[in-house]
Amino acid sequence: MTEKPAPFDEMLDGPTGVRPPYIGYKAWFDGENPKRLAAKAEEAETVFRRTGITFAVYGDAEAAERIIPFDMVPRIISGTEWTKLTRGIEQRVRAINAFLFDIYHRQEILRAGRIPHHLVTENSAFIPQMIGMTPPGNVYTHIVGVDIVRTGEGDFFVLEDNARTPSGVSYMLENRETMMQMFPELFSQIRVRSVSDYPTRLRHTLSRLAPPACDGTPTIAVLTPGIHNSAYFEHSFLADQMGVELVEGSDLRIVDGRVKMRTTRGYKTIDVLYRRIDDDYLDPLTFRPDSLLGVPGIFDVYRAGGITLANAPGTGIADDKAIYSYMPDIVQFYTGEAPILRNVETWRCSEKAALAYVLDNLPELVVKEVHGSGGYGMLVGPTASKKEIEAFRAKLVAKPGNYIAQPTLALSTVPILTQHGLAPRHVDLRPYVLVSDIVDIVPGGLTRVALKKGSLVVNSSQGGGTKDTWVLED
Amino acid sequence: MLGRTANGIYWMFRAVERSENTARLLEAGLRMSLTRSKDAASEWSSVIETAAGRFAFEKRGDPYTAQHVIDFLLRDKNNPSSVMTMIDSARTNARMVRTALTREVWEATNESWLRLKDALAKPVREAELPKALEMIRRQSGVIRGALHGTMLRNEIYNFARIGTFIERGDNTARILDVKYYVLLPTAQHVGSSLDNVQWESILRSVSAHSSYRYIYDANYAPAQIAEMLILEPRMPRSLAFCCAKITDNLNHLAGEYGERNSCHVLAEGMVQRLRDRTVLSIFDEGLHDFLQAFLMENIRLGATIDREYRFYE
Repeated sequence: MTEKPAPFDEMLDGPTGVRPPYIGYKAWFDGENPKRLAAKAEEAETVFRRTGITFAVYGDAEAAERIIPFDMVPRIISGTEWTKLTRGIEQRVRAINAFLFDIYHRQEILRAGRIPHHLVTENSAFIPQMIGMTPPGNVYTHIVGVDIVRTGEGDFFVLEDNARTPSGVSYMLENRETMMQMFPELFSQIRVRSVSDYPTRLRHTLSRLAPPACDGTPTIAVLTPGIHNSAYFEHSFLADQMGVELVEGSDLRIVDGRVKMRTTRGYKTIDVLYRRIDDDYLDPLTFRPDSLLGVPGIFDVYRAGGITLANAPGTGIADDKAIYSYMPDIVQFYTGEAPILRNVETWRCSEKAALAYVLDNLPELVVKEVHGSGGYGMLVGPTASKKEIEAFRAKLVAKPGNYIAQPTLALSTVPILTQHGLAPRHVDLRPYVLVSDIVDIVPGGLTRVALKKGSLVVNSSQGGGTKDTWVLED
Repeated sequence: MLGRTANGIYWMFRAVERSENTARLLEAGLRMSLTRSKDAASEWSSVIETAAGRFAFEKRGDPYTAQHVIDFLLRDKNNPSSVMTMIDSARTNARMVRTALTREVWEATNESWLRLKDALAKPVREAELPKALEMIRRQSGVIRGALHGTMLRNEIYNFARIGTFIERGDNTARILDVKYYVLLPTAQHVGSSLDNVQWESILRSVSAHSSYRYIYDANYAPAQIAEMLILEPRMPRSLAFCCAKITDNLNHLAGEYGERNSCHVLAEGMVQRLRDRTVLSIFDEGLHDFLQAFLMENIRLGATIDREYRFYE
C-alpha cells in the first residue's frame, strides 16, 4: 500500500504555513498558555452539563443523557468561501422543493425518464397521501440541513441532504454562546458573523407560510415526542428562543377543523406547527395507527388548509440515499443550471455494473444502507477488518438495492486541542437553511468532528464531537 | 400557557417543597433520637408516619433504626416522597416545562439534581447526615431564590407558588397531626423536660423554633405551638399563611384571565374559616379531626385547580 498524502488541513498549510482564514486565531492561540486552555475545556464541559445540553443515545441505558464533546478550536470559513457555498446551497434547496412539488403533482421528472419511476413511487419515503396537496407557498422543506464535506481548497461536496427534521442547530447556537463566554477577547479581535438570530429567523420563516385558514398573526408551536426523545433539549430550546409553546400530541386536538392546544384558558388554535416527530407518527388516522405521539385527524386539517406543517409530510423522498445520486440531474432539471455544489460520486448497487465494481473494491469504499441514518449500518472499507468486509459483502449480495457506495473521501481536517497540543481530525459541516418565499442561510452551521485519530465517522452516536463554526466578515 | 405546562410547574414546585420538608423532618427526628436514645424506634416510626411512608417502609422489612429511616427518606426510589424521588421528579418536570422557566431556574434545578444525585449515590451515614441535610435545604433555597429573582410575575409564577403552598400546607398539617397528642391540653402543668423536647422537635421540623421565641415568650406551651402552626398569619409555614398565599396567587390568575372559578371560592373559604378560628375552638372540635378536615380540603382544592385550569385532558 502506498502512503496516502496527508488530507487537506483547513488551518495549517505545510509545517509552518497558516491558511488565511485562521491567521488571526492561530496568532491568538500561539500566545495562549496551554494550561489555561486545558482548564477552559473542563469549564466548557461543566457549562454544558449544568445547562442540560444533552442527548440520549438509543440502546445505551447507562448513559441515558450524554453531552456531545465540544472542542474549543473553531472551524473557520472565510467570507468568500461562504458566499460560494451559500449560492450552491440555495440552488440545491430550491431544486429540492421544486422536485417535491413535482413528484406530488405531475411527476414531470419521472415522465421525462430522468429518475426511474419505481425509485420514487415504491419508496417508503414517498407518501401517496401528499399527492395533489399544495402546501402554502409551495414550500415542502422549510428547514433543511445540508451536510457538506471538503477535500481541498475549493473542493466542497454535498454528502447528504436532510430534508425531514434536521437537528443540531441548538449546538450551533450553544457552541457559539460557550465560546463567547470563554473567550470574549477573541470575538473583539476577529470579526465573526453572528448566528444568534437563528431562532428569530426561524420564527419569521414559519410565520410567512401561514395556512389559508389563519387570520391575523399566526400562532406557532413546536411539536415534540417528549422528554425521552434524543433531541428533546433542542426542541425545548427552539420553542423557548422563539417564544412559542412546546407541545406534545396529548396537548392537541382537532376542534372545528382546526388544530388546537389545551391551555389553562381553554383550547387555542395553532396555525403553524414546527413538528419534530417523524411522518409515520404524525397522525394515527392516516399513518401508523399505533402512534401515541401524534394528533388524530391532523392530516385532514392540513390538507384542508387549516394548518401548516413544517416540514411537510413526505419530504423524506428528497433526502433518500437512493435519490441522492440523481441530485445533479434534479438541480439541472428544475433550475436549468449546472449544479454549483458537487455530489460525491455514487455507485447504485441496484445497477449490475456498479455492483460488480463495488464488490471488487469493497476495502476502498464507503457503503451505506439506503434507508440508514446516524452512521448505523454502514461500512467504511479502509478501516474495516477483513471479517467485517466479508460479512458486509454477504448482505450486499443478498439485497444490492439496499445499498449505495461512495469512494472514501479524504475529508479535510481541522485541529482539535488534545493533551499534546493541536492534532488534526476530520470534519464535516451542516449549515441550516430556512425556506419561505426566500431562502435564508444563517452564516455558520454545525461542524462535527471525528475525535478519534484517523476516523471518518463524525456522528455523535459514534464518538463524534462538535466545534463552533465561524464565518468571517470579509 | 399549556395546561400540561401549568401541571408541570405546579408539580415541580410541590416536589421541591417536599424534598425540603422531608429533610427538615429528618433533622427533627435525628435530634429527637439523640435526646431520647431509649425510645428511638418510636420516634423514627413517627417520622415515617409524618412522611406518609409507613406502607412503603414496612415493605422493606427493616427495623425502625436511624440508618434505615435515613436511607428510606433520602434515597429510596420506592418511596414516593424520598428526597431523591422528589428531586428527580422536580427535574423531570422542569425539563418538561423548560420553556416556561428562566435559564436561572432551570440551571438551579438541574444543578441541584446533579449534586444530590452525586451526594446520595451511596447510603448516608448518621455522622454525615447533617451535612447532607444542609445541602438539600440549600439546593431548594437556590431554586426558590432563582424563581423569586428572575421569573416574571405571571401565570407561570402563580402556578409555581400554588404548588409550593398546597404542598407546604399539607406537610405542616401532617407534622401536627402525627404529634397532635403531644399538644393536647390534658393537664395544665408546665411541660416536663420530655414534653419540651417533643414540642421543640415540632417547631424545628418547620424551622420555627426561633420565630416562636419572637412571637411568644421563651417557654413552650402546646396551645401556642398549635396556634403558631395553624393560625399565625406571619409564620411562613402555617396553614393560614399557606391558604392566604394560594388565594393571592389564584386571584392573580383570575385577574389575568378575567375569570373566577370554584377553586377561588374554595380557597377563600379556607382562608376565612382559619381567620375566624381560635386555637381553643380548634381544641374543642378536636385537633386531630380539624387537621384531617384540613388535609381533605387541601386535597380537594388541589384537584379543583387541576381540573379548572385543564392540567389534564
